[in-house]
Amino acid sequence: MAILTLEDGTRFVGESFGAKDDIIGEVVFNTGMTGYQEVLTDPSYCGQIVTMTYPLIGNYGVNQTDPESAKPQVSGFIAREVCGEPSNWRSEGGLDQYLSDNGIVGLSGIDTRALTRIIREKGTMRGIITQSEPTEAQLADMRGYVCHMPVDKVTCAKPYVFSDGSLKVAVLDFGLKRNILRSLKKRGCGVTVFPARTSAQTILAGDFDGVMLTNGPGDPKENAEVIENVKMLIGRKPIFGICLGHQLLALAMGADTEKLKYGHRGANHPVKDLGKDRVYITSQNHGYTVIERSLPRGCEVSHRNWNDGTVEGIAYSDYDMFTVQFHPEASPGPEDTAYLFDEFISRMRKAHA
Amino acid sequence: MPKNNDIQKVLVIGSGPIVIGQAAEFDYAGTQACRALREEGIKVVLVNSNPATIMTDPELADSVYIEPLTVPVIENIIKKEKPDSMLATLGGQTGLNLAMELFESGVLDKHGVRMLGTNADSIKKAEDREEFKTLMSAIGEPVIESVIANTPEQALAFASVHGYPLIVRPAYTLGGTGGGIAHNERELAEICKSGLSASRVNEVLIEKSVAGYKEIEYEVMRDAKGNCITFCNMENIDPVGIHTGDSIVVAPSQTLRDAEYQMLRSASLKIISALNIQGGCNVQFALDTDSMRYYVIEVNPRVSRSSALASKATGYPIAKMAAKIAVGYGLDELKNGVTGKTYACFEPTLDYVVVKFPRWPFDKFTTADKQLGTRMKATGEVMAIGANFESAFLKAVRSLELKLDSLEFPFASALSDEELISRILEQDDERIFLIATALRRGVSVSRLHELTAIDPWYLTKLKDIIGIEEAFAAEKSGALNRNFLLKAKRMGFSDSAIARLTGKRENEIRQLRLSLGICPTFKMVDTCGAEFDAVSPYYYSTYDQENEAKTPKNKTVVVLGSGPIRIGQGIEFDYCSVHCIWALKKAGFDTVIINNNPETVSTDFDTSDRLYFEPLTPEDVGNVLEQEKPEGVIVQFGGQTAIKLAKAVEEMGYPIIGTSLRSIDRAEDRKEFEALLESLNIRRPKARTVFTESQAVEAAQALGYPVLVRPSYVLGGQGMEIAYGDDDIREYMRIIGRYEQEHPVLVDKYMLGLELEVDAISDGRDILIPGIMEHIERAGVHSGDSISVYPARRISEKQQDELIDITRRLAIALNVKGIVNIQFVISGGEIYVIEVNPRSSRTVPYISKVTGVPMIDLAVRASLGEPLGQMGYGTGLYPKRRVTAVKVPVFSFEKLPLVEVGLGPEMKSTGEVLGISEDYSEALLKGIIASGMALPKEKGAVLLTVADNDKQELIPIAAVLDYLGYDIYATRGTANVLNFNFVAANAVSKLSKDPDGIGGLFESGRLRLILNTPTKGRRADRDGFRIRRMAVERRIPCITSLDTARVLLQSMKSGRTDADLKPLSLSDIQE
Repeated sequence: MAILTLEDGTRFVGESFGAKDDIIGEVVFNTGMTGYQEVLTDPSYCGQIVTMTYPLIGNYGVNQTDPESAKPQVSGFIAREVCGEPSNWRSEGGLDQYLSDNGIVGLSGIDTRALTRIIREKGTMRGIITQSEPTEAQLADMRGYVCHMPVDKVTCAKPYVFSDGSLKVAVLDFGLKRNILRSLKKRGCGVTVFPARTSAQTILAGDFDGVMLTNGPGDPKENAEVIENVKMLIGRKPIFGICLGHQLLALAMGADTEKLKYGHRGANHPVKDLGKDRVYITSQNHGYTVIERSLPRGCEVSHRNWNDGTVEGIAYSDYDMFTVQFHPEASPGPEDTAYLFDEFISRMRKAHA
Repeated sequence: MPKNNDIQKVLVIGSGPIVIGQAAEFDYAGTQACRALREEGIKVVLVNSNPATIMTDPELADSVYIEPLTVPVIENIIKKEKPDSMLATLGGQTGLNLAMELFESGVLDKHGVRMLGTNADSIKKAEDREEFKTLMSAIGEPVIESVIANTPEQALAFASVHGYPLIVRPAYTLGGTGGGIAHNERELAEICKSGLSASRVNEVLIEKSVAGYKEIEYEVMRDAKGNCITFCNMENIDPVGIHTGDSIVVAPSQTLRDAEYQMLRSASLKIISALNIQGGCNVQFALDTDSMRYYVIEVNPRVSRSSALASKATGYPIAKMAAKIAVGYGLDELKNGVTGKTYACFEPTLDYVVVKFPRWPFDKFTTADKQLGTRMKATGEVMAIGANFESAFLKAVRSLELKLDSLEFPFASALSDEELISRILEQDDERIFLIATALRRGVSVSRLHELTAIDPWYLTKLKDIIGIEEAFAAEKSGALNRNFLLKAKRMGFSDSAIARLTGKRENEIRQLRLSLGICPTFKMVDTCGAEFDAVSPYYYSTYDQENEAKTPKNKTVVVLGSGPIRIGQGIEFDYCSVHCIWALKKAGFDTVIINNNPETVSTDFDTSDRLYFEPLTPEDVGNVLEQEKPEGVIVQFGGQTAIKLAKAVEEMGYPIIGTSLRSIDRAEDRKEFEALLESLNIRRPKARTVFTESQAVEAAQALGYPVLVRPSYVLGGQGMEIAYGDDDIREYMRIIGRYEQEHPVLVDKYMLGLELEVDAISDGRDILIPGIMEHIERAGVHSGDSISVYPARRISEKQQDELIDITRRLAIALNVKGIVNIQFVISGGEIYVIEVNPRSSRTVPYISKVTGVPMIDLAVRASLGEPLGQMGYGTGLYPKRRVTAVKVPVFSFEKLPLVEVGLGPEMKSTGEVLGISEDYSEALLKGIIASGMALPKEKGAVLLTVADNDKQELIPIAAVLDYLGYDIYATRGTANVLNFNFVAANAVSKLSKDPDGIGGLFESGRLRLILNTPTKGRRADRDGFRIRRMAVERRIPCITSLDTARVLLQSMKSGRTDADLKPLSLSDIQE
């Protein structure tokens, strides 16, 4: 038995799986039907307890090919039903064992749809998973829970070279998903990854053709130092930002961000590329958004969420840089917007020439 | 891109009669499309030969033509209606093929009609195997190594390079007609031959077999701007090799990683973009089980059976969107009607599991070849939704109405372990239950995976279900604790199965679980995994924490649907259910439908106020009734499926609206029914009710042969046969005894004569008969298989009056409130009542359309208590229309090897067409052309071989054939009689005697028609059986009743062709 208690007092009693521990986090839901291992290992989920809306999780097991980072990054994981006997040619083991091995607390057997509806109605909430009745002290901790500077927890400790290539890209790792690196490598880029707080001088000293600002967890405004660094990169190199990278660049340009009621997490979010007048289905994972009316001159909305109209991409007319809120690297999710990497490559080529 | 305002009037082509491979899904698609177009202020001209559909309702289009689907007929309609555009991607393969013919023959250009949506060029690229292959290799999508063959020799040459097994697929056919898997030279030559003759263009595709790969499908939508989405993916439990229509299908895929899911999704989008599809499209893949290797198997550039399923599985209204895209809209401009907020340009996400299970006709066709392969054999399907795979699967099993409610399969108990394994390898319809039996006997998942190539994931789930069954069986009451019971209910176990396993009564289990607080909850199908608040009241049941269904505010009536399409219970009952909902809405009620057929209009989320996608069993229906607490329940429009539930509904304390349960029983219980007829002084054929074989023989001897034997409570003459002797009786009793005998068997004196039928509306005090129908074939051929003519032509005024009088007296005596169907036979000048069905029948849709009497509307109002006299249509017999309407049955014999083709008291047709004209012979010709029975223009040979009793009657028929210029061939006895009577006939020897005889005639390719009546009851004259099958497989019309032959020739004698037919719209008729 394990119990989920939300900050509004709602309780769900289910089965424990993975690590048998008590864990506090921000409870969010993801609507993707496949890709649980990519979700688990996405560093942007740092500090969060992720609920999958698809009820059958673990069907195809876990493997060493699919992870988006070295280990599961979520604080806790909730599924309606966890598959005990997975089946897939790549499977190397079951989800339960994988989470135990990695110390991730899991909860199954609860009405995940009911939980999702609560989050949808009331917004993202803090919650705690406990292996027995939570104590008052635990509940108080949960209600006061804040995940401070999660980027520091998930960024790399020191710089490393990921690949060699003709175009040299400096990647600022705020909690990157590996497929960003693979997407660049596939296009012939020489990729060097830097810790989040790497100074602009270090980057600029490296003779790179472009800078990639990656995804990552948490409230973008917390990253004051990073924002200052990013400011100094503007105008110096072509920049492409994804997710948190998109938000940080917007903040660096003087725009503002705010928290969404319950975020966008899934693989079916329609986004219109306003330049192309085409809607693409995107992979998303973000709890914050850039406020459209806060955008200074020279910043134009290039992509818009076709469900709720929020900003999904910004084109900067005065500088050679562009960013998107969603995940063109997919993994998990649709690969429809991979063309944005091509665009980054062609910008770098142009700047290089 | 907004709507294109040049589009003012659109011709929509339907899919024609229901046949295997093309069922009600296209009525659903067509209906949605017509509505979507009319919403835009566009005028719709609809053509479909199928009168049982909702799409051919006068309310759904501006002009409705129930006319043959041929190029000349459509051209005449185009001339008359002058549409500016045509929409052909919603009428199945029939509609698509017809559209291509209209395009290729220049008819569209000539009359300035443009094709909306996916254009002819794209269709050709997707449908033509060679062009498709070229395109796929151009965009780097892998296709299976293959060759196009126009002769068996070309196929054999390919085989010598690539080896076996090879798959043969005919070009331009539906449901894989004529295809198959060849393992050696002999099989390849044989399958090629039948494939070539099945193909419209004499072309087959020979390809390397990837049997054993996973079969994965994606449903894709694309607009003219290039926006494209996949709105559903599905995994076939059965691997490649079994037609997807015969596969158990799951949505979404369960065993694919995201990388695999996205790889195939991206491929789908790439393919439909390259094809420039504008609308819906289905892409099928074969995916290797141990690598990322895949092949594109097939693309359907139209709305398909799979897309209808996907539409119900996700809540995404594909046909509506396809129609809107066709008139110019972009996906980004269309709203998602389920959420009411988001746009259609997104991908639904499911938070439940959907299982589709095919419904095969083998309970009726016991002799059929039941092996599943590339040729589809299912007549229909059920869909079930659950919070997990097990519950969706068990719900689907319950929905099939095969008297199964778990994985327990009593018929397998007699099989030895070896027999069991060999039956599993045969891949027949019972395969999944046989696999379950093997699991129960300890065969391992890995061994079964090797044998069947079914993914271990699914086999493990079946094993889990069996584990629960075994725990109940072993521990009995010990297992009936709250935790275990809740677990079982969550896994989809029915109370009845738990009761049987634990030795309790169903009601005890129900009471127990209610006392333990184990109650179903209803969850919404909302396309978005609860991410957005949804407005669609579309529910499924599960056992979970939160119940999303709200307590209704308005007075509610629940309508029970008719379940899967099967022979004897087709689309017409869905027509009736939908009209019932419309009538109830007009009367101010909130309407609720319970049904499990994903192909239908009734399960469209905006047909009723609330839709419950559930099995039609007492428990599942009861759960919904507890939730909805309706004023009453309507059972008379959902066929026998709904009628069977009347008792359970009443026992649960909910009133039946309309004819009472008591009256239903009086009509269906033979003893009571006989007593009723006796008291009313109405004649009926003498009959006896029996339970055992010896009683049956005794009864038959007392009545005198021939007799009809059948179980009581049946639809479509299920299990009904004519017996000519004691042996026949014994054999039937054994066959029908296979299914549980809850009810007695009836032995009736078989009466030859003119068969008549009426559907009457009654308020319990008076009746209204919209029309009297007369059957062309004499009694003995099932009414559903007979050519039926409205109005009746061969009865006297006096007989007509008597028939009305009998109908009135019966309806009043049974206190019918609603609709009743009565069948009569006139024998020796006397009227006998054969059958009374206190429910709607398959003739209701067509009679409603032809007479203009809204029968279901009136029946519902009568059920609700409105007096018939006040409805404005009078009482008694409604005045005859100036037209004649001829309903002609359509069969799917070519899809069902080894099924007896000859007609008898057991229904065999899968669909029907209608011919309407002011002139009887034109109506007949229309019906015959629409049914596909018409003979080609080129003269040739006919083969006549009839039973001794029929030989005299054959003479004038043969004389007409002779007059029409056909060369007559006949078996010895038949030829003798003809020649003796001055009709020149060539004698040919029987099949079994001389391969050059009849066999040679078949090979000659000159054979245009076969007239063969079974010699002696159903005791198979094997030669006759083979001749009939050979005819079907070579697509040569085979007539097995002299009555049918007579009218066929009568219609041919006129010399008119389809180009001479005058199209009549339904409004033309009513003027």
